[in-house]
Amino acid sequence: MDRTTTEWKFSLNVRAGILAMLLLALFLGLWEGLNRAPILGGTGAELSEYEQMMGGADETARVPPPSDIMLRAWDELSNPFYDAGPNDKGIGIQLGHSLFRVLTGYFAAALVAIPIGFLIGMSPLMYKALNPFIQVLRPISPLAWMPLALFIIRDAQASAIFVIFICSIWPMLLNTAFGVAGVRQDWVNVARTHELSPLRTAFKVILPAAAPTILTGMRISIGIAWLVIVAAEMLVGGTGIGYYVWNEWNNLDLTSVIFAILMIGVVGMLLDLALGAVAKLVAYQE
Amino acid sequence: MSHAFVEVQQAAKRFPGAKGGEDLAVFENVSFTLEKGEFVCIIGHSGCGKSTIMNALAGLDRFSDGVMVMEGKEIDGPSLERGVVFQNYSLLPWLSALENVRFGVRARWQQWDGAKVTEHSLRYLEMVGLRDVVERKPAQLSGGMRQRVSIARAFATKPKLLLLDEPFGALDALTRGVIQDELIKIWTRDRQTVFMITHDVDEAILLADRILLMTNGPEARIAEAVEIDLPRPRNRAEIIKHPHFYAIRNYLVDFLVNRSATMRPGDLDKNGLRYPKSINPVDLGSPEANPRPVTDDSTKVAATPNATPLTVTPKETHHG
Repeated sequence: MDRTTTEWKFSLNVRAGILAMLLLALFLGLWEGLNRAPILGGTGAELSEYEQMMGGADETARVPPPSDIMLRAWDELSNPFYDAGPNDKGIGIQLGHSLFRVLTGYFAAALVAIPIGFLIGMSPLMYKALNPFIQVLRPISPLAWMPLALFIIRDAQASAIFVIFICSIWPMLLNTAFGVAGVRQDWVNVARTHELSPLRTAFKVILPAAAPTILTGMRISIGIAWLVIVAAEMLVGGTGIGYYVWNEWNNLDLTSVIFAILMIGVVGMLLDLALGAVAKLVAYQE
Repeated sequence: MSHAFVEVQQAAKRFPGAKGGEDLAVFENVSFTLEKGEFVCIIGHSGCGKSTIMNALAGLDRFSDGVMVMEGKEIDGPSLERGVVFQNYSLLPWLSALENVRFGVRARWQQWDGAKVTEHSLRYLEMVGLRDVVERKPAQLSGGMRQRVSIARAFATKPKLLLLDEPFGALDALTRGVIQDELIKIWTRDRQTVFMITHDVDEAILLADRILLMTNGPEARIAEAVEIDLPRPRNRAEIIKHPHFYAIRNYLVDFLVNRSATMRPGDLDKNGLRYPKSINPVDLGSPEANPRPVTDDSTKVAATPNATPLTVTPKETHHG
């Protein structure tokens, strides 16, 4: 079938949207249908509290159906910022704590990674000197730093931020170095023939030229940071979406766990979209 | 010492030979001068080191040997006194046409306020006929338009010496003609000293006061300086009707096709510092003065009136 000549009633986007909705409906329908707890003792019989907790009269507990999760989502999202004690805070507050840690660690990493990346990209000497360190430090799982961070920093919040810092730094550092080293010599020559000072060359020519590559690194970093914060908060506890997931798991509240998983996905997507929008601003066509 | 505007003396560029072998010289003992306000073209086959000479004058490259002096000061590193137009335009792709010109103007006159920089930049963009597309990014401009922006940027900074590295090499013949006319116009106004690399004999005759001829590399030399005494202002349609045109053209083509490959470096090096011999092909009219009778097939083709512009096909060498 030749896609260019086939005439469709709707645009590609509309058709893709319809297909996505159909797939979602099919998936949720199956989930809902296959997770109904069998009700023993005939219709109308009330389940005991114990039976309810154990998933009806079933042998094993069941994953809560989507309808429950949607109700929970409605509940949580209609009052996201309530605070009823250490173990009962609104989803907005938990996400807010996570976002604060991620963004603090992430921007601190950017402040370090971009200048160092610049240096490494500009100077083959620095590249060769620093490369062994980077190659050893980069593959370390950010969570492996956690005990050391807790010991040295002695503060759970700051340790979580440090873990985000250390996991965000590498993609930004390497992409900045790569972008800066790859700036076309022609453009550097333009700066040289116009007698630009090294500082002005860095800001007027090299930075804009390398910006798309740097932004790619920043986009990878924010994704990794958002992945890592969940695990980090499970470890340090107290607040945050990672802690929330783990706490609800301890409460055996699978509905909240699934709701939280979805929220993690949505926020991660929004972070990526935001970075994508910034990347568009600095993109250029050669 | 003479007091030419720009003097290049006994310049050489060598690359280390493989495994302790002898150094490979791209060119040796290259000397020439540029007078103020002069338009000089340099022609030679690829690999003779034209671009190295240009980049050295721009301060972007260094000779292995030799000195360059401009207005009594040694050329050492890039300077706004020497503007460059590169073959590949070298516009900054994230800036619009106007911003690219402003980039140059702002670098040149840092004390100017924004409005003055913009006004000055727009004036030069207008000169190259780009008033309506100043907000476009280079990617949205055709090759010819991009090179015009590049020319506007170079002229707008009013350098004392303008270096053009095959500025029209990547353009089609029609566009090239139009921009050549614009270049003549803008140069006639400001009378900057221009040093230009070209592969196009007709282009060189149209633009230049003098044409430096380089022999083939390696071990290239500047063999001769051909004087173009055609009256100015020149234009492409009129110039071919001038009685001297074909004498000059044939001489240049003969050099490029035949003599550039056969001239011995040793013969040209005899007296140490040596500026290329000035030649006026028109004075060589008598057969005995002409270095080689025009009987050769290739020159006959080239000598046909209204021939398409003869461009020297770049010849690949191992160190182009």
